[in-house]
Amino acid sequence: MKERVTLDHPKEKISKQHLTEEWVGKIYTWLCIIVLIVTIFSMVYFVASRGLTTFFRGVNVWEFISGLRWQPDAKPPIFGALPFIFGSFSTSIMAALIAAPLGFCAAIFMTEIMPKYGRRYLQPVIELLAGIPSVVYGFVGLSIIVPFLRDTFPGQGLGLAAGAIVLSIMILPTITTIATDALSALPGGLKEGSYALGATRWQTIYRIVLPTTFPALMTGVVLGISRAFGEALAVQMVIGNAPFLPRSLFDSTSTLTSVITLSMGNTVMNSPHNNALWSLALILMLMTFVFVFIVRWLERRTKI
Amino acid sequence: MKKSLLLVMTLVLSITLAACGGNNTTNNGTNNGTPNNSQGSTNTGGNNTPETEPPAAELEGQILAVGSSAMAPLVEEAANKFMDENGKVTVLVQAGGSGTGLTQVSEGQSDIGNSDIFAEEKFVDDEAPKAAELVDHQIAVVAMAAVVNPEVGIDNLTQAQLLQIFKGEVTNWSEVGGIDQEIVIVNRPSSSGTRKTFESYALGEASPDLPGQIQEESSGNVRKLIGETPGAIGYLALSYLDDSITALSYDGIEPTEENVTNGEYPIWAYQHMYTKGEPSELVQAFLDFMLSDEVQTNDVVELGYIPASAMTIVRDVEGNVTQK
Amino acid sequence: MSAKLANRIATVVIIAVAIFIVAILAGLLGYILVRGLGHVSWDFLTSVPQSIREGGGIGPQLFNSVFLLVLTLLITVPLGVGAGIYMSEYAKANRFTDFIRLVVEVLSSFPSIVVGLFGLLVLVHYFGLGYSLFAGALALTVFNLPLMVRITEQAIRAVPKEQKEASLALGLSRWKTITSIMLPIAMPNILTGTILASGRVFGEAAALLFTAGMSSPRLDFTNWNPFSSNSPLNPFRPAETLAVHIWKINSEGLAPDAAEIAAGASAVLVIVVLLFNFTARFIGGYIHRKFTASK
Repeated sequence: MKERVTLDHPKEKISKQHLTEEWVGKIYTWLCIIVLIVTIFSMVYFVASRGLTTFFRGVNVWEFISGLRWQPDAKPPIFGALPFIFGSFSTSIMAALIAAPLGFCAAIFMTEIMPKYGRRYLQPVIELLAGIPSVVYGFVGLSIIVPFLRDTFPGQGLGLAAGAIVLSIMILPTITTIATDALSALPGGLKEGSYALGATRWQTIYRIVLPTTFPALMTGVVLGISRAFGEALAVQMVIGNAPFLPRSLFDSTSTLTSVITLSMGNTVMNSPHNNALWSLALILMLMTFVFVFIVRWLERRTKI
Repeated sequence: MKKSLLLVMTLVLSITLAACGGNNTTNNGTNNGTPNNSQGSTNTGGNNTPETEPPAAELEGQILAVGSSAMAPLVEEAANKFMDENGKVTVLVQAGGSGTGLTQVSEGQSDIGNSDIFAEEKFVDDEAPKAAELVDHQIAVVAMAAVVNPEVGIDNLTQAQLLQIFKGEVTNWSEVGGIDQEIVIVNRPSSSGTRKTFESYALGEASPDLPGQIQEESSGNVRKLIGETPGAIGYLALSYLDDSITALSYDGIEPTEENVTNGEYPIWAYQHMYTKGEPSELVQAFLDFMLSDEVQTNDVVELGYIPASAMTIVRDVEGNVTQK
Repeated sequence: MSAKLANRIATVVIIAVAIFIVAILAGLLGYILVRGLGHVSWDFLTSVPQSIREGGGIGPQLFNSVFLLVLTLLITVPLGVGAGIYMSEYAKANRFTDFIRLVVEVLSSFPSIVVGLFGLLVLVHYFGLGYSLFAGALALTVFNLPLMVRITEQAIRAVPKEQKEASLALGLSRWKTITSIMLPIAMPNILTGTILASGRVFGEAAALLFTAGMSSPRLDFTNWNPFSSNSPLNPFRPAETLAVHIWKINSEGLAPDAAEIAAGASAVLVIVVLLFNFTARFIGGYIHRKFTASK
């Protein structure tokens, strides 16, 4: 190769220049990778070091996770985070239960029924939904969904249901996008075979398409749940924030994120209350890992 | 090649900038965090300033005030005026909550910690010594009132009635003379300074969190929810009162500025600006400015606070009231 | 017969759902814009906010949002593109590469509030940056970075193999090939992805509450020295962005027209995010047409 290079550049000079260029590239990209790794390790380290303080200072881990009473001002303070953990799980799973059927339908619409209209109109709509900032969702939730629930159902409007509805709209794009990708990646032969056997479109979708793409569809759902789990501001505005397990769908309750948003700025560093909030953040972080691993597990099943 | 070099340069630059910024802040911190922690010594500030020189001419530097988001507008307004008068001074006001403000001032990261609650109430148990290092500067008074949705049809509650309501013993407005409507409590989270004040001076004891009650930290949302929700009760600073809600008298005493200053109406709290140790000359000048008539009779009143100087009584952290 | 009926019902249901979703978005956008646009004017976009009087604007907040975005991109793009190049060109198929992929995946799924708290602890407290634009930009970097890495990696992988091989065959070094051949070809895709990611950064609030702060010092828009503390360009001043401002006036707003300001600011925020989306689509479409037409 090098012989072809113009003659006034001696061979050694070229290869030297090549070497420096290669090194610049290697070092530069390596630095970027190192920044990535340092970031994640320092995040895990710092959040864990603050979050574990609660447990080093005599709070039992099991009592923290399973306790029902959250009284940071009691003497001694009582930290039972189960209501928040329950709140986070119930709102995000309910949100997924609402959003998943809608998202699947939208995906089928875009891939099987009217691909042309779907791509032209529905796809941009879904992308725009993803782009609306979460404070705006909270604002709209507080002005539309909460009054609607207050007038239609018992309770004050704020609560589990309001949180789940707001979240369901927020995670709809995630679920839809992934479902669409999965459906359009399906080999055409499968569907054609089914049609050739005389199956209707719905039978094909129901018997062939959905079962085959099931792991991929679930990936979208889990990613949606994971996003809902970590959402803070919109949920905090509509959930009511009582530190108790909800007694009904329309009862005020809290999530991990809403408690942190409400109280973090009001507590001083190193106070038991502040430490307990960091422990909640640690739980959020650990749940992120769990979600990532579930997604990876599902993705492996998708490939097979 | 050139592009990548440029990128590396950008990185290096941003890191250097970061280092500079870090240094600045620490310097400020150490300057002010320095010597005597004895509270109440009066011979400060003026010590280093020869009186012959006009103080305005030589004030220079940066003041960082962090803390209570409710106090931020007041401090910002005052800071703007102060900067108009002293061209070389910059006052940065950051809102992040009283707890953050107290943490940062006690760690020397900020010069002033704004708090709507006594530091002694935030730094408890092991952390108590930190409160002792801080010097309190009370710059204004905020009064609060219990407020209800206008339709419940009452305008006064006694302390006993309020306590029963917030403890969940009374659950219908008809029991305290209103319409037949279930009571909905719009409370604040237990970390809130506003809630502490309300519990200490209106209820007389800590109230428990109740299942199903709404908790909101922000006054704007509290007002919105009380105005919209039938049968709602909550509490707000006087500056947030408007037509959408009804402010209640407390034991028959109306929440007016006059009743607060003469000590008749007890639901109020100081707005504190804490410094670590005695303040530096510059910070002292700003704190003096906060207490000057220019701020106290204009911004303080406009923002719905009561000037600290107007108070005829003094209340300490335990709630003991003495005449001035 | 019943199979056909089921087919028809299912089709109708699915189309209904699709229409329902479009209706939700139309309703959402309509609500935000109708309520907010009436309040938006040039004056509103440029004047400073008022804490107690009517007629406050969102000028500094708008500037802060844009400036914060620029700062974030200045940090994210070099890092993200570098890491993306590594992943697509240098990474070998081994455990370490798998591990980095995991890191990217985890980083991108961290809740923004956790990132914000990390920023509060490490950047604001530990490094003593205080609530500042710079701390905010670094926090935003944490979740913008994994996006950039993915975007770059995919864009570079999409570069035709022939072009890369031709360049290598001509005797260019690998790095030179990447920077002067592959990156320019991948640029449109990277650009589109970056703009879409920018929309998310623009609307982010939870992480910024704890890092960039909720206050905006008075800015002197004639002073462009980045080291002066009242200069808009100083990265070490606290800065309230538009999204945070909406959160703040919803919660603490004392001005009599707080509700209108919140509505107006929401409308502006949504419009900006929409603009980002449309720009990205437009650029994507334009490049696509150009490339396919020339072939």
